[in-house]
Amino acid sequence: MDASYITPFVSSIQNVFTTMLQLSVEIGEPRIKSGGKATHDVSGVIGMSGDVTGSIVLSFPSDTAEAVVSLFCGESLSSDTADFADAIGELVNMVSGGAKAEFSGKKVSISCPSVVVGSNHHISQQKDVPCVVIPCVTNCGQFSIEVAIQGLPTEETTQAESARSGA
Amino acid sequence: MRVMLIDDSKTMRNIQKSILGQLGYTDIEEACDGQDALSKVGAFAPDLILVDWNMPNMDGLTFVKTYRQQDNTTPMIMVTTEAEKSRVIEAIKAGVNNYVVKPFTPDLLGQRIDETMSKCATAK
Repeated sequence: MDASYITPFVSSIQNVFTTMLQLSVEIGEPRIKSGGKATHDVSGVIGMSGDVTGSIVLSFPSDTAEAVVSLFCGESLSSDTADFADAIGELVNMVSGGAKAEFSGKKVSISCPSVVVGSNHHISQQKDVPCVVIPCVTNCGQFSIEVAIQGLPTEETTQAESARSGA
Repeated sequence: MRVMLIDDSKTMRNIQKSILGQLGYTDIEEACDGQDALSKVGAFAPDLILVDWNMPNMDGLTFVKTYRQQDNTTPMIMVTTEAEKSRVIEAIKAGVNNYVVKPFTPDLLGQRIDETMSKCATAK
């Protein structure tokens, strides 16, 4: 797996959570999303376009999302309010923006965020676009960030291209 | 000091308002995008504007250019997730006086505000 597209998201999520929430994030082993559909209760979704095209999804279980939003906003917000969704949207916005800045030499735009709130939903990314799941652990609970980037080089594609070019 | 906050995220406006409150600035007007800001800025006459970049209806850069084209010299700080050097340069060329990248600490925002007001006072 090519780390150059994943490391920016790891750095960014740690930076955002430490700076805005004073919450440290332990990063688990990133893996390719495959097979069974992971379910979530709260998801923030943002699109990327330009030289890097894809989507980012920040997903939480309900209690983790409520705890994180409470730290972010300085008050408890019910998950069925617009302010709660706004807070989740802003978190995914900052994580994506921070990662985008590390794609050196690439022009990338990010969309306005969308937020999905509903128990046990799952988010489907574009078919045939590799999606990497980065598990995260905090004192507020676990959550994940899913990074789906078109043309994301994996070890398999890199090896295949090397074999074709005779390198 | 009157401060105008322009950001489509109510969360970010509340965070900035709280930081400004800790710094002693409580006369605050909020706007949710550039268009909303243009409709309010004349009547409010802020001493400082904090403006986000990516917003619906009218983005922050367009607001800055439009506002400066009207011969307004009010100090403006762009507060945004756009961190690339090229974006900072673009914003400075458009007319902002300072730049803060999200995420930010209260101390950093406070420092940039003090820096901006101090430089603008010296320039007068």
